[in-house]
Parts: sequence; C-alpha cells; structure tokens
Amino acid sequence: MSAYIASLVSVIGINLILALGLNIITGFCGQVSLGHAAFYGLGAYTAAYLAKLGAPLPLTLLAGTAMAGAIGIVVGLTSLRVRHDFLAVTTMGIGFVFLGFVRKQKWLGGELGISGIPGPGLDAVPYALLIAAFAMAVAALSLWIKLSWMGFTFDAVADDEDAARTVGVNVSTYKLTAFGIGTALAGTAGGLYVYFARIILPDTFDFVQSIAVLTMVVIGGTGSVWGVFASTIALTLLPEVSRAAADYRLLIFGAMLMLVMRFSPGGLAGLVHRRRPA
Amino acid sequence: MLFAELIVKGLVYGCMYAMMAVGLTLVYGLLRILHIAHAGVFALGAYMAVTVTNATGSLAFGFVIAAAVSAVAGIAIYRLAYQPILHHSAFVPMVVSIGLFIVMQEGFRLIFGAYGIAFDDNPWYVAHVDLAGISLTYVEIAMVVMSVVLLVGFGLFAGLTRAGIGWRATVTDPQMATSFGVDPVRVRYLNFLFGSALAGIAGGLVGLLNNYVEPTMGGAVSYKALAIVVLGGLGSVRGTLIASLVLGVVESFGAIYLADIFDRDAIGFLFLIVVLMVRPQGLLGRR
Repeated sequence: MSAYIASLVSVIGINLILALGLNIITGFCGQVSLGHAAFYGLGAYTAAYLAKLGAPLPLTLLAGTAMAGAIGIVVGLTSLRVRHDFLAVTTMGIGFVFLGFVRKQKWLGGELGISGIPGPGLDAVPYALLIAAFAMAVAALSLWIKLSWMGFTFDAVADDEDAARTVGVNVSTYKLTAFGIGTALAGTAGGLYVYFARIILPDTFDFVQSIAVLTMVVIGGTGSVWGVFASTIALTLLPEVSRAAADYRLLIFGAMLMLVMRFSPGGLAGLVHRRRPA
Repeated sequence: MLFAELIVKGLVYGCMYAMMAVGLTLVYGLLRILHIAHAGVFALGAYMAVTVTNATGSLAFGFVIAAAVSAVAGIAIYRLAYQPILHHSAFVPMVVSIGLFIVMQEGFRLIFGAYGIAFDDNPWYVAHVDLAGISLTYVEIAMVVMSVVLLVGFGLFAGLTRAGIGWRATVTDPQMATSFGVDPVRVRYLNFLFGSALAGIAGGLVGLLNNYVEPTMGGAVSYKALAIVVLGGLGSVRGTLIASLVLGVVESFGAIYLADIFDRDAIGFLFLIVVLMVRPQGLLGRR
C-alpha cells in the first residue's frame, strides 16, 4: 500500500464515520442536523489539545469521542424543545457558535489552529488500516442498530413523533440517544483526523463541511447504511479521479443534491429498491 | 455616547437583516420551506448592482436592475426548483435549497472571479454626517431609509389592496382562500417576486456599505436571516421585523463586550439558541 493509497483510505474512513454518524441522527431518527462539522471539530480540538499535552492516542480518541457526545446530547436537548425547521436552523447555529468560539481562543491557536501534533505512533499504512477498521466497526454498529429494537423505535420517531409517543415510545430518550451516538462518532472521526493531518484549522470544521457530510448521506439515501457507505466512498474518490471534479467539487455536490432530491428523494438506495408508494 | 452609538449601528444592521428576513418569512409562511438559497439571490443582487453601476455609471439604474434580476431569479427558483417537489416532506425542499445555494455561490465564483469586485465610484461609504454625535455614512442612512420605505410600502400593499388581502388570506388558509377565488400559484409568484427583489436591493446596499462584493457574501447574512426568522416565530412578519432589530442591537453590543470569547457571527446564533430554550415558539410565534 503506497502512501497515497494510505492517505486515501484514511480520508475515506474518516468520512465514512462522519456520514454514518449523521445517518443515525438524520436518517434513522429523522432529526435534521446542519451542524455535524461542529462535533467533528469538538472531537478534533479535544484530541489535539490533549495530544499536545502528551496524552496517548487511546486516551485522546476516547476524550474526543466523549466530549463530542456529551455536547451532542446537550444540543439534542434542543430537539426536544424545537422541531423540524427550527431544529435545522438551531443545529446550523451550533456550527457557527463552535467556530466563532474556537477562532477567538488563544489557547486553541485562534485562526491558526493547532499544529505540531505528535504522530499516532504508527506508520501511515497501519494507521490507515486502523481508521478503516474503525469505519467498518461503525458500519457494523449502524446495521446492528437499524435491525435492533432501537432501530424500529427510531423509525417510529422519524415517521410520526406523536404517534410514537401515543404507543408508549419515550421519544425524548430515543432522540437524545441518536444525537449522543451520532455526535460521539463525529468526535471519534475528529480524533482520528488529528493524528492523520497533524494540524487542525478552524475552517476544516465549517458549514461547508457539515453540508459535505449531509450530501454524502442524502445522495446515498437518508437512512440506508449501504447507500450512505457507497456514496461516501464515491464522493470522496470523485475529486481524486478527475482534476475537473476537484476544481468544481462544491458545484458538483450542489447540483447532485438538487438533482437527487428532484428525481429520487430516497437517494441511491431509493433507486435500487423503490419503496411502495406510502 | 458609546451606548447610543452601539444601539444606532445595531439598528442599521437590523434594517438590513429585516430586508433579507422578510423574504424568508414570506416563503416560509406560504410554503413551509427553509429558503436557504435566498442567500444566493442576495449575492446576485449585489453582483448586478456593482457590475451594472460600474458599466453605466448610474447607481439608480444599477439598483433597478439588481431588484429586477433578483425578482426574476426568485420566481425562477420557485418555478424550477421548488414547485416540482412541494408534495415531499420539508426535508426535501430544504436540501434542494442548500444545493441551489451552493451552485449559485460557485457559479458567482466562476463568472465573476473569487476575489470580489468594488464599485468604481463610491464616495458614500466613507462620507458621513454627524447626527447628535453619532456619525453615520450615507450608505447606512440609505439602508435605513430604503428598508423603512420598502417595508412600509409592503405593509400598505398587504393591508389595503385586493391583491394584498388575497395574499394574506392565502397565507392564513390556502384552501379557504382558493375557494374564494384567489389563485394560490399567483400568490406564490408574487411572494417570490417581492421577497427576492428586497433581498437583491439589500445585497446591493451591503455591497455599497463594504464597497466590496464577493461570492460568499450571502452566507453569513442569510444564515443570520434564517436565525431571525426562527427567532421571530417562523412565518410571523411582525415577529421577524422585531427580531431583526433586536438581533442587530444584540450583535453590535456582543461584538464589543464578548469580543474575546466569540466572533460576531457566533453571537447572533448564541442569542437565538438562548431564546429558543426559553421560548421554543420564537419571540412572537404561537404554538
């Protein structure tokens, strides 16, 4: 495995963890989040800060995951108060609050971010394989959740919150669980990214990043683990395959979002097995 | 004096937010779509104003073209992007809107370049007058005057004319309004026409204010306009106007007193989140 392939595998793995995490919140549980990059950033900043202090990789990863998950549950609390469109704008706001905070903190490097982060203690190839293993574990977790009792309950909440409540589902608990799992995974992705890039900048975690992750989920098919898996790999590889696609990456993402929603709101997964009309 | 100055500057920004946010509220009130692509219309207005003004030398002509092109763009967005997907859940139009916004922003970058354009002749963004010790530039005054004139004009139109009454009826109860002979599709066109023209004019004014027009200029303003729409209680025009002014003032104070902790853009959203925790329906919204 060459260094180039290793870096590709690492980026794909990190994007997979991000997209599958968002898929649990938005796809499984039906809660729109436009601020996923903030939790990615929370994990990354936590891990980077601790790594600079000399903490070992397992500890920093765990801390990044816990931090993002904890804040994620707090943000999830807003989903109990506000619904749907309010939630979309609120989560978008979380992203701006996170960025606005980080940019002004001298102890987090301000606009310049954190650099000089120690390596993971592994070579590029084993580290890429470690990231890939994490991504596979997240995919397996997603499938397990989807097929478990919890997955059915998420489905019920996503479909009709009030009906779910009527049949005795504790809607609040499940929403918070979805937010907690999804954002904690984003934190893990952030921690993994830190040791891969060895430098973090605030702009890596901006609104565009949140939208990029959302694009992967939506194009794959919101709620479909395999669809999201495939589309994340395809969309991450796209800029590598063609130079033009790299220059116009955002333009292509935007156009794809519009076209997919117009012709197959279920994404790629919706094309494969067309749902019965509801 | 700093206190009074912060309030006045905040109100100036509030007027600009109001011009943006009213268009969003109207779209939300009528179609329940979070119209994120409104940011693209705003930037389009700014680009039209700056290019036409630089080409013809007439600022007034530049702004007329900006308003007209933005209005047409708004109608096209409704007809081509939203109308075919209205029967889907709210998530689908929202994602389309995000996609459209990205496409517009990247489009501006390709057509006009990434580095932004300035007005060739713009003495008004530095020239200022003193009003009781508070100095305001001509552009800032124009911002306040324009927004008051346009929004009052809109208020009179909605309150007094037949078309305006039909419009309000459609927002309140589309089915009932339709059975009384109001054409809901025409109301939607009118809605996008007016809201987008306002956004285009606001874009042109912000271009003048900073003497700079760039592809991403719509971003921060329209995210905040979305926050305002939510703050005002989605779909309530009166709430939106109040929320715009409140947010402008909160930001102008926050940018001074919280400067070490948060940047300007974060303050608006922080305020939004705090308010929503206390009043989930927004400032004037009803449950």
